[in-house]
Amino acid sequence: MSGRIAHIASNTFREAVRDRVLYNLIAFALLMSGAAILVGQISIDIERLVVINLGLTAVSLFGVVIAIFIGIGLVSKEIEKRTLYTVLSRPVRRWEFIVGKFFGLAGTLMVNTFFMALGVFAALFYVSRHFQRADAWVLVALYFIILEFLIITALALLFSSFSSPLLSAVFAFSLFVIGSFAEDLRGFAAMTHGLTRWLATGAAYLVPNFSALNVISSVAHEQPVAGQLILANTAYALLYATMALCGAVLIFERRNLK
Amino acid sequence: MTASRHITITASALLVVSMTASLLMLRHLDRIRSGATLQEVLYISSPKVLKRLSLGYDGLLADIYWTRAVQYFGSKHFEGAREYALLGPLLEITTTLDPHLTVAYEFGANFLAPKPPNGAGQPQQAIALANFGIQNNPDDWKLYNELGFIYYMDLKDYPHAADAFTRGSKVPNAHPWLKIMAALMAEHGGDLRTAQMMWTMTYQTSHDKNVRANAVTHLRALQVDEDVTTLENLVSQYKQRTGHLPESFGEMERAGWLSSTPVDPLGHTYKLTPDGHVEVRVPDDLPFIEKGTPPGYVPPSPKFLPSD
Repeated sequence: MSGRIAHIASNTFREAVRDRVLYNLIAFALLMSGAAILVGQISIDIERLVVINLGLTAVSLFGVVIAIFIGIGLVSKEIEKRTLYTVLSRPVRRWEFIVGKFFGLAGTLMVNTFFMALGVFAALFYVSRHFQRADAWVLVALYFIILEFLIITALALLFSSFSSPLLSAVFAFSLFVIGSFAEDLRGFAAMTHGLTRWLATGAAYLVPNFSALNVISSVAHEQPVAGQLILANTAYALLYATMALCGAVLIFERRNLK
Repeated sequence: MTASRHITITASALLVVSMTASLLMLRHLDRIRSGATLQEVLYISSPKVLKRLSLGYDGLLADIYWTRAVQYFGSKHFEGAREYALLGPLLEITTTLDPHLTVAYEFGANFLAPKPPNGAGQPQQAIALANFGIQNNPDDWKLYNELGFIYYMDLKDYPHAADAFTRGSKVPNAHPWLKIMAALMAEHGGDLRTAQMMWTMTYQTSHDKNVRANAVTHLRALQVDEDVTTLENLVSQYKQRTGHLPESFGEMERAGWLSSTPVDPLGHTYKLTPDGHVEVRVPDDLPFIEKGTPPGYVPPSPKFLPSD
């Protein structure tokens, strides 16, 4: 079972590499080196801040775009090219296919993030000429970004399991935007009354909370991240991704592929 | 020549020509729409809306707005502008997006407070900015220092300056000078020595070369003000003793009133006018001086000479 999942995951990774997904690293490298050199000349005293803010924002946004646009095609492309039938005709279960695809894309995103992280730290070294203890918090921010990718990948797969690629992209991106406003949504829900309050609160808790996973600004200011937050965010992201993945498996299991 | 090769050559040539032509056309458009791309407009003026639109990436947006504020102030300052309409809103947006961006409070207040052409001439907005900074970063003594500085330098409000320095001196790891500044404000707010201490502290506590150059420029100006006052008093005493004004500092030197010809902080000799006034040789090189300038002298935009 795990061998089959690993095989599908490695194929998904290889396919993403063949699709030149990692080319975004070139754009990222140019962005980081440009920012590191330019900001010192056009601004005052924020070189380190910009490298961290810009670097982590770019890691996050590049990853979100990859997760959505690759994720939405993971199932539909296989159906369109009819390769899914070849795969499922072998001793591979449908849920194994979905889980394998998920790990494949998550692995691609992790490799991508690893190389981007090297770029961020290289730029950080260039502007500061040394590393400091507080730079370790950047690793925590990167870890949270990976957790964010897990949720988005699972959501993209969920939508991909029942919808067209275009609609899946719209749904996934909308959820990413709404998830960034999750805390505001809960605030709005608290202002309503009665049944509306229950419904609004339910909706606010159902959308993924990406704001808790975004600590870019605070690590840029060398503020530590609480260990409890790291644990809670890890548990939340894994649970949410599992939930979305289960949804995808359930839908895909019942989907008529004829 | 094959058809394919023919198309490649034609398309390449056309590409180069159209690219060059479009660049030239863009330059022409820039000329006929001069200033259009640099209008004083903030398309989204609400900091709260911008914070929402940033989708959580508010740190990066704050850095962009801070850079924009620096560029705005720099370009207007270079032009010798007297109006800085967007500076306050840009700083408000920057600090709302990232309330811990202390550099924006420190430098922003310095941009806002001084009178034009040195700054925007908005000391009250500078105070509001510094107070907002203190509210969000209560353990940063530099912000109290900045607040005290504005009260002292731009508003001559010594009690409030003393209060700001006192509050700052109680912050953990505050610079010990803050206590001294608080005491000086309370006792000798308007003294020349107090001003010299203030700029010396600014020089010693900052690592930014522009801030240090600014502090040195002010220290030079204070030195000139002190020298001119001392020399004019001396000339006045000379007249009382001898019954006539000296024709030059050389005359005073020969009479034993001066040990050498007095020079300004840049090494130029001071000039003695026939009516007994003392002037600097190159006033443009000594911004912020209040004494020693020729009658009717209009200072240019200040330029900060190297600090060392």
